[in-house]
Amino acid sequence: MSLRTPLLRVRDLTVEFKLESGPPARALESVSFDVYPGETLGLVGESGCGKSTTLMALMRLLPVAGRIATGQAWFEGEAGLHDLFALSDAEMRRVRWREIAIAFQSAMNALNPVETVGDQIREAIQLHEAVDRATSDKRVAALFDLVGIARSRINDYPHQFSGGMRQRAMIAMALACKPKLLFADEPTTALDVMVQAQVLDLLKRVQRELGLGVVLVTHDLGVVAETCDRVIVLYGGRIAEAGTTDSVFNRAQHPYTQRLLEAFPDVALSSERLVSIPGAPPRLNALTPGCRFAPRCHKVFEPCRSEVPAFWSVPGSDPEHLAACHLLDPRSEGR
Amino acid sequence: MTRTDVILRKFALAAVTIAVVVLLNFILFRVLPGDPVRAVIGRGVRISAETQAALRVQFGLDKPVFPDQFIDTLGQWAQGNLGVSWSQRRPVAEVLVAKLGNTLLLITAGQLLSIILGVGLGLLAGWRRKTALDVGALTFSLITWATPTFWLGIILLVAGSAWLGLPTAGSRDPGNVGKPMLEVLPDIAEHLILPTLTFTLVYLGQYMLIMRSSVLEVLSEDYILTAKAKGLTVWQTLTRHALKNALLPVVTLIALNLGFTVAGAIYIETVFSYDGLGRLFQEALNRQDYPLLQGAFLLLAVAVVGSNLLADLIYAYLDPRVKTT
Amino acid sequence: MRQLGTFWRAFRRNGTGMLGLFLLVVSVVLAVGAPWLSPHGPTETMRDPVSNRVLLFAPPNVHGPLGTDDAGRDIWTLLTYGARISLSIGFLAGVLSIAVGSTVGIVAGYFGGWVDNALMRVTDVLLVIPDIPLILILIAAFRQLDLGVSPLVLLVMVIGLLYWSSTARLIRAQVLSLKERQFVQRALAVGAGHWHIINRHILPQVMPLIVANTVLVMSTAILVESGLSFLGLGDTTQPSWGTMINFAFSRNAVSNGAWWYYLPPGLAIVWVTLGCTLVGNVLEEMLNPRLTRHHLEGEAELPRQAGRGTAPTELLAALTGRSRNGDDSGDKR
Repeated sequence: MSLRTPLLRVRDLTVEFKLESGPPARALESVSFDVYPGETLGLVGESGCGKSTTLMALMRLLPVAGRIATGQAWFEGEAGLHDLFALSDAEMRRVRWREIAIAFQSAMNALNPVETVGDQIREAIQLHEAVDRATSDKRVAALFDLVGIARSRINDYPHQFSGGMRQRAMIAMALACKPKLLFADEPTTALDVMVQAQVLDLLKRVQRELGLGVVLVTHDLGVVAETCDRVIVLYGGRIAEAGTTDSVFNRAQHPYTQRLLEAFPDVALSSERLVSIPGAPPRLNALTPGCRFAPRCHKVFEPCRSEVPAFWSVPGSDPEHLAACHLLDPRSEGR
Repeated sequence: MTRTDVILRKFALAAVTIAVVVLLNFILFRVLPGDPVRAVIGRGVRISAETQAALRVQFGLDKPVFPDQFIDTLGQWAQGNLGVSWSQRRPVAEVLVAKLGNTLLLITAGQLLSIILGVGLGLLAGWRRKTALDVGALTFSLITWATPTFWLGIILLVAGSAWLGLPTAGSRDPGNVGKPMLEVLPDIAEHLILPTLTFTLVYLGQYMLIMRSSVLEVLSEDYILTAKAKGLTVWQTLTRHALKNALLPVVTLIALNLGFTVAGAIYIETVFSYDGLGRLFQEALNRQDYPLLQGAFLLLAVAVVGSNLLADLIYAYLDPRVKTT
Repeated sequence: MRQLGTFWRAFRRNGTGMLGLFLLVVSVVLAVGAPWLSPHGPTETMRDPVSNRVLLFAPPNVHGPLGTDDAGRDIWTLLTYGARISLSIGFLAGVLSIAVGSTVGIVAGYFGGWVDNALMRVTDVLLVIPDIPLILILIAAFRQLDLGVSPLVLLVMVIGLLYWSSTARLIRAQVLSLKERQFVQRALAVGAGHWHIINRHILPQVMPLIVANTVLVMSTAILVESGLSFLGLGDTTQPSWGTMINFAFSRNAVSNGAWWYYLPPGLAIVWVTLGCTLVGNVLEEMLNPRLTRHHLEGEAELPRQAGRGTAPTELLAALTGRSRNGDDSGDKR
């Protein structure tokens, strides 16, 4: 596709969570993907499919009950190419925010309620760069301008911001140290449609101006369609389908992706029935062999329940369009 | 709601509480007892019928209770005239003021120590959850909570005097009574050690639990994760983000505890025969010296309500979520 | 009934809870079995079998197991009989307090509005006024009335009617969250009366919390009673543990070094209170389980072979190691 080098190469990431009793829950299994500068990669799926866990694992912010069983995360940072999981704690702290930053959901209590927003952004800057107060003040002001919040609000507290403003403030804070890679965790959830559009525009604009790589986690296909260049569909902790947004949305091969797209209501065609996917997501501590989606798949056939499907290229689509489905196996009879 | 609203509400609550206290005081001691003259003058004092009648008029006891006597009494209390103690044959206000200093000394020393130690320990216990430190701190709190204050005082009294030769009674040596404080400071300090130690031990555990609980809540909040994501070390996250948030509710809870602190003072002063308001209260009870009892209760209640109000006001200014107009 | 079985099994697994239960059971056995646990009566004077002198302040090695007091009475007997008083007052006062607190909490939470407001202001006021001084003046005033009521009854009433605030708050919070749930709305829509809803829907849900709280309130009641008895407000003819310590203190057991007089009753109070607190805490924890971990409790494990291996240069090859498509789709970068 492109001759650029990927910013981040994730290989075979498997994450487990230890539970009170019984076997651990497998939140992610053998997930691999690349992120390129100047591109937005979408991670999409139902709640619990592992998309946020991916971001947390990469930033090494998983809770103590979590365990990265396998995986490598090759990051093209300032100091060269390093596996994020091999860095020491101190090295990782230097990478955090400076090179890879994350903007959490605005609905969360992600900003300290007793510190001003300006102070919190200033803290991020002064933590990683040796600048004086005047310089950091200017940078904070510039960041506010970038995200479209009035400068007069710099010394306000988070509770004085609306949801949309808080999200934009989080993005401003994430960009404070001019990172190469931005993780956006559900940036539009809990925001109303108009504000959603503003935030997405902001992300696109920022990416253009700063040449960032962006990984955007969402459950909303509409957001993916609008902002993502490429998309990965996760189900039950595994990649179901991956490719350019155009390919995946228009030539979806994996039954789960197909169902997801069908379930997405089209406002214009009001006479359509609302389609939902029957059944429930898999229990991550009691996984059945074979394809994770098999219990709910409308095209399930014999190999699905026993063998984990490999990734198959989708013929007639872009070369990076892959789907993990036995139906694409030319040896199989199903279709 | 705005800060002004919050402050007004707190003042209103304080005013209502004091009103209740005043009313209670009045009803219990003027209305309830059979003979109001006795309530004012005291039992065991023999007076002739004429003197009684004269006293009745003098004290305004011939007037109707409500509103006349009530208003009169309120007026007197507002002016600081709390009646005369018949066991000490001095105005109540005078007696109270004389003992106030000693109790303040004890309570301040005890509370400062227990707050500082308790909050510090609570921070560590909450952070290092489920470690030996945490389990130890929890066990300590559990046991001190289950220990009656007065009994702990007795134990410390015995241990302290037997092993350390510390004084067992009074706020100072008999020879030093009446001398100015600064002159006999070491003596006062010596007498304060055991009572303060008891005080500290009793409340240390409670404050530790309160702070630990607050810390656990704060450390589960999302902004702590944000702080980690920004690249802050654990210690930096703890001190810059967790601490202030955890301390805020603790301020209110400690203030709420003030009423129970007074109870502690009563027990500790009784055990150590410490010459303060607490012991005074207990003695007044035993001697059925109602004016003194009444006056002491009024003073204690108003003091606690006042401190509570102060703490609430401080909180209103500290927490930015309480909006300014 | 089956629910109780599962609950008991869950409780049994908890070590601290079982310890607390053990402490409580021993205390109750002590109290109930007082007449049989000691060969003497609580008012009997012990005499030296040889000289027939009254054994005053006799240490345990002279007269066991806990020696005698300043009037020659057997302290072990006093302790077991005292258990009856301390535990009964604690229990009755606790039950009264819970009854008042739960009622206030349910009414405030369920009806809301000005009722809730008024009741909460009352709790606020009550919480601020210092408890012991208030109790002391109340009892002083009541004594004046010469109602002929046993001081123990007075203690139960006063303690029970003054310590219900925290229970009320707790129950109210629970009721508020219950009120939002569907079944209350539905019942109201169907036309069920308030009393019916409270009885059939709210009360059963709130009951476990009430039970858990009862044990904790009882521990407070026992502590408060011991304190008040220490100050002399108990019944001297029926001494509770607190009254025993009052006797010990005022009759110079301390200066006489008669530790067997003041130590055991205090230890007994700690024993029982600890038992109640442990059980109560475990019960509450079972009902409102605490959050598991906070963000600063440690780091997640990293893969052991991290860093080894070379950086991959091709996504496709890594993903499609088993690709069966005939074309050379793997190299179109």
